[in-house]
Amino acid sequence: MKKTLSIVLLCVFAAFFLLPMYVLLATSLKPMQEVGIARMWHLPSRPSLDAFVKAFGRLAPNLQNSLMLVIPATLISAFMGSINGYMLSKLKFRGSDLLFALLLFGMFIPYQSVLFPLINALDMMGLYGSIWGLVVVHVVYGLPITTLIFRNYYSEIPDELIEASSIDGASIFRTYTRVLVPLSIPGFVVVLIWQFTNIWNEFLFAVTVTSDPLKQPITVALVNLAGSQVVEWNLQMAGAILAALPTLIVYIALGKYFLRGLLAGSVKG
Amino acid sequence: MGVNIIKRRKKRMLVSLAVLSPSIAAITVFVYVFIGSSIRTSMSNWNSFARLLSGEYVFVGMQNYVRLFQDPRFQSDLWNTLYFTLFFILGCLTMGIILAVLVDRNIKGVGIFRNIFLFPMAVSFVVTGTVWRWIFAPGNLPGSPRGVNLLFDMLGLNSLQWRWFTSTESFLNFNLALIPVIIAAVWQMSGYTMALYLAGLRGIPSALTEAAEVDGASPWQVFWRVKFPLLRPITFSAMIILGHISLKIFDLVYAMTGSGPGNVTDMPAIYMFETTFRANRYATGSAIGIVMLIMVAIVIIPYLVNAFKKEVKVS
Repeated sequence: MKKTLSIVLLCVFAAFFLLPMYVLLATSLKPMQEVGIARMWHLPSRPSLDAFVKAFGRLAPNLQNSLMLVIPATLISAFMGSINGYMLSKLKFRGSDLLFALLLFGMFIPYQSVLFPLINALDMMGLYGSIWGLVVVHVVYGLPITTLIFRNYYSEIPDELIEASSIDGASIFRTYTRVLVPLSIPGFVVVLIWQFTNIWNEFLFAVTVTSDPLKQPITVALVNLAGSQVVEWNLQMAGAILAALPTLIVYIALGKYFLRGLLAGSVKG
Repeated sequence: MGVNIIKRRKKRMLVSLAVLSPSIAAITVFVYVFIGSSIRTSMSNWNSFARLLSGEYVFVGMQNYVRLFQDPRFQSDLWNTLYFTLFFILGCLTMGIILAVLVDRNIKGVGIFRNIFLFPMAVSFVVTGTVWRWIFAPGNLPGSPRGVNLLFDMLGLNSLQWRWFTSTESFLNFNLALIPVIIAAVWQMSGYTMALYLAGLRGIPSALTEAAEVDGASPWQVFWRVKFPLLRPITFSAMIILGHISLKIFDLVYAMTGSGPGNVTDMPAIYMFETTFRANRYATGSAIGIVMLIMVAIVIIPYLVNAFKKEVKVS
């Protein structure tokens, strides 16, 4: 009896969560002549991939830009986070906790409070308007969260393991490559997923650092596509699906690690 | 022996600092120096491209801040932020705890539901905004409704039709046009809140709840008297995390509604973006950025201090 109520409630909530998915799919699969507003909630009578083909044609350069951005930025920030995390958990010194706190603050600031000097600095470095400029931005502002996740991860590795290897004469760096990296593969997966998702989905830096429509990441291109009044709705919805697809695939394939990243992002409860 | 330990410690500290130095340098510049530079800009007269180009710094003190707080658009932004934050947090916490309790029950196939509730976290605010804009677009009432209004029309619930995010009604400075935006934001983040609560529920030792059950407590009592108080730290963390997201909310509103008629859905982040990058009023834009920083710092700094105190106690 109570179980039935729970299941009914679960289904009601699931309907709410899936409603946008229905709209996305039903609209994007409609051929051009069916997109009229009156039939918005209907399923397409003859599903077609026309809208996807057209949206992909328009968004392909931007999808490519996002890929060119997200791969280096994710890898570099994960690597730096892991060596930082190692230092701040296993090679602590007086003041290292304060240093970590000062580093961590960078994760919470509204980027609006650094945006104008940031754009000027990128301009001076000749990086304004380029994907490489965005890579730099995402690596730097990704450091706090990646350091945090690795620091917490390494804190749980017993010190004896580290000390044992240094008695063996292994240097600090060999301890890192031989002991910590192999032990922290799951940590790397969590961080890589987290950074991939966040950078792929990011909008504020994307829209302010790049201005040439051909050089902009997918999120900016999607807003421009959806913001123009002349573009058909099925095209906009197909574009939204294309923009969301890479991170959704990661979520579906690696959901367990995705969840861990979410929880790690909450500092410590 | 003692000298050796000190030597080793010193060496370790030097190595540690050397490895950390690129990150320390980057964060020092990109966070702290840039914040300082924004404060400096916010107290200048750089409110046009020509003045910026001239390179001459004219100090105007708090003038940009004073004007900002007198500006009706910014006042509206502050009210919108307040109400958006309030209802967004309330919505996520309520939905989050309900979903967590439901998903925590021993029902076959419940994992599918957990995944459904969590997937919006993988989607960007931009995509969420694009879809929900299409859903809540009111159309031309009463003749040609669209979106949810059309759905109501088809179900014979015309009385529920409303202008949604184009509405200009307000109640105690709460612009009702924010309601659809809040719904979209709760849709995106309540799964995350559920995940936080779920981790908390799983961490409660079953001995505690079993003891209460043996004493004859009903499941309802077990939840409110035993589990819920133990979840208080999670509620607190969730409020901080959700709060700092909503204080700087930008992409969702930008993609979904923009400023809206009469700034009914405008936010400080949108005003900052438009005034800095569209109107070239750099000083005003920087001032908005700094006000946002102060708002977030008020929420975050006590939380960070608290988290570190706890950690020191444990170790």
